[in-house]
Amino acid sequence: MTLNILAIDDSRTMRNLLKAALSNAGFDCTLAEDGADGLRQFEESDPDVVITDINMPHLDGFGFIEGARALTRDRIVPILVLTTESAPEMKARARSAGATGWIVKPFDEEKLVWAIQRVAGTGEAAQ
Amino acid sequence: MNQTSSEDFRETFFQECDELLETLNDGFSALGTDFDDIETLHAIFRAVHSIKGGASAFGLDNLVAFAHRFETGLDAVRSGEVSVTDDLLVLFQRCGDHLSDQVAAARGDGAIEAAQSDALCETLTEMTGATGPEAVEEVTDFQPATLDFSLFGDIGSEDEVETGHLEATCFTFQASADLFKTGNEPATLLKALERYGPVSVSAILDEVPLLSGLHPEVPHMTWIVTIDAAVDEADVREVFEFVDDCATLTFIDRQVDPGDSGRPAASGEDEPENADEPETQKGPTSAEDPSEDAEVASSGKIAAPPAAHSRNRTPSTIRVDLDRVDKLINLVGELVIKEAMLSQSITELGLPSQSDVASSLASLKQLASEIQEGVMAIRAQPIKPVFQRMARTVRDASLATGKRVNLVTHGEYTEVDKTVLERLVDPLTHMIRNAVDHGLEDAEGRKSAGKAEEGTVTLSAAHRSGRVVIEISDDGAGINRPNVRKIAEDKGLISPNAEMTPSEIDSLLFLPGFSSKEEVSELSGRGVGLDVARNEILSLGGRLTIQSNPGFGTTFSISLPLTLAVLEGMVIDVAGETMVVPITAVHETQQPKASSVHAIGTNAQVLATRDGLLPIIDLGNVFGLRSAPDPLDNHILLIVETEARRRCALLVDAIRDQRQVVIKSLETNYQHIDGIAAATILGDGRIALIIDPESIVARVGPSVVPAPEPAAASV
Repeated sequence: MTLNILAIDDSRTMRNLLKAALSNAGFDCTLAEDGADGLRQFEESDPDVVITDINMPHLDGFGFIEGARALTRDRIVPILVLTTESAPEMKARARSAGATGWIVKPFDEEKLVWAIQRVAGTGEAAQ
Repeated sequence: MNQTSSEDFRETFFQECDELLETLNDGFSALGTDFDDIETLHAIFRAVHSIKGGASAFGLDNLVAFAHRFETGLDAVRSGEVSVTDDLLVLFQRCGDHLSDQVAAARGDGAIEAAQSDALCETLTEMTGATGPEAVEEVTDFQPATLDFSLFGDIGSEDEVETGHLEATCFTFQASADLFKTGNEPATLLKALERYGPVSVSAILDEVPLLSGLHPEVPHMTWIVTIDAAVDEADVREVFEFVDDCATLTFIDRQVDPGDSGRPAASGEDEPENADEPETQKGPTSAEDPSEDAEVASSGKIAAPPAAHSRNRTPSTIRVDLDRVDKLINLVGELVIKEAMLSQSITELGLPSQSDVASSLASLKQLASEIQEGVMAIRAQPIKPVFQRMARTVRDASLATGKRVNLVTHGEYTEVDKTVLERLVDPLTHMIRNAVDHGLEDAEGRKSAGKAEEGTVTLSAAHRSGRVVIEISDDGAGINRPNVRKIAEDKGLISPNAEMTPSEIDSLLFLPGFSSKEEVSELSGRGVGLDVARNEILSLGGRLTIQSNPGFGTTFSISLPLTLAVLEGMVIDVAGETMVVPITAVHETQQPKASSVHAIGTNAQVLATRDGLLPIIDLGNVFGLRSAPDPLDNHILLIVETEARRRCALLVDAIRDQRQVVIKSLETNYQHIDGIAAATILGDGRIALIIDPESIVARVGPSVVPAPEPAAASV
């Protein structure tokens, strides 16, 4: 089964890099431009894993996570926070909003995939 | 990332940077009117943040470092620690300018003075308390390939060196309820461990209650995990990185095979997977119960409703190679020419005007002109980015001269051809500097003139009768005409007794080598005069005029064609040749009456008009098509006006048509000819030259009556 990853970032550069990295790794990839767009895509594309930026217009990453968690009470989709904020308090906030894990920008493609595998349970983790 | 960070991504990044820098500049303008505009502040912060994020992905360390400092400074304001002041806003704008320079440098366009970065950073620290050393240290976080592990988990993390030598790795794993709430799954985590070697797991079920007491969202089990390989504790903890706050790992003394203990260390990843099937439990049984952490700390709140889905979608765009657009423009030009040829052939056939052919041709004509407009619109871009650059020029000039200047812009969404836009930057920059440096008085001067201490430079753009008009005005002292005249005389540019109108004196500023400021100023006196700016505008088919009101300021007006591809022209006959005069230059046409033409000397003639005497120039003579002008009565005079508002009467044989002509550059195919601007292809397939009235009029001297030294005004 190919995993469908929803990647949310307001920066076109980051979206491009994410899409390329995810496609390279053999994932399907849906993109969204901010938290509000992300919630729409979240409902439409039913992703297996979500990667989201924090600092975004309209609805930030925290808002997105809270929204996504409220939308799906029956099934908890892993959400990885992608952010340059490596400060512990950022992570604590993301965690209390319901984030599954985090990836520090700039991400390394290998680490990105490894992070996804750790939360998605694809069985490919052993390579 | 190495497979993905191709040049394309880089280019996208830089394009996005341009947009973000624009957001930044807009933001600062908005902030200038309302210091408490928190939304704008957030947008500014995000823009800098996004630039930093993208830059780090491409390893642009200098850019990242500066963006980080800038961001920290902005954050201090955003969080309300520091409030916005005029001075702080100026600093932020300078930081924005510097960031823009950094981006350009990263793009391979110019270099950055490290001293400037440092100076700005220091000032930032002073004004916002954004700290230096810490920030620099944090920058190391943005090196590629970072999944910062060191921040997490210090539970029992001793003796990592020793663990590297062990054969089997064993630990217990106990999860809290948050683990599930955050979308983490124990089975997935345990499976992920398989990358290090065969994994065996057993569960301690002592804590599992009876069904009645079972809560599905609380993990009641503790797992004992054994990896049949030597794995660094840090590597194991990496797998559990995301759950370090809602799970407890306790490492247990490993079983060491004494006979093998001297074996060289093998890192976890290198360990061959020699067993596909995880063995059944063989791990230790004496699991310590780390129950002190077993209490569920339910901090997760997931009750917030999804935010409203309303969002303004940006208009969708595609990126097209400019060459393709230009090719299309050329083709449309050909289409227009062919249409004209067809139209001429049909006229020659003598078909009645109400025939089908004629009406079809009319609609074809309409269609062709619509296509042409549509294609031109592709190349059109708002002038805003250029104006934003000028805002920076004003800031720089204000800094260099010590004059306080406010830039006001109007019509920044006026669309201009892309090439025109690009080539407009240099002349505009020059004129803006000129306005601040020479146009505006210093603070003392302004005070004594009863003006506000802060000078105003206004930059406006608008479409006016098929052209783009850009005006640069200052509210300074205006042009000191006696002084200008004196300088021109001293430099031998004009004769001391030349009679000149005020506007002609103003136009002296455009003469090569003219600089009205006695001492060369740091800013605009770089040996480049207004004449260079003017030439650049002329080469774009534009006109530059100057208007000055002593005591109230000076306005430079640039009038540009909407496109460089077509021109509205008057088709004329001269001595058997067909030529085109740009319609914008033609002020009026008239048939000369003998009574209004007067001879001066043997060759020169002037036309008496209500505005005075105008020199008559025979175009046939100018281009060497005939030596002596024919009798005037069956000819036509075109009154043309130059930038300097000087008028001349051009003598032609007949006016044939007024139409749009496609401009074909003469320079690219042949060479520049004085008096000729370009060429075009007429409906009948013949080539006609487009004349350049400006340079023709320039031949006859600086004043209405031919002056003794005609060379003086070869501008």
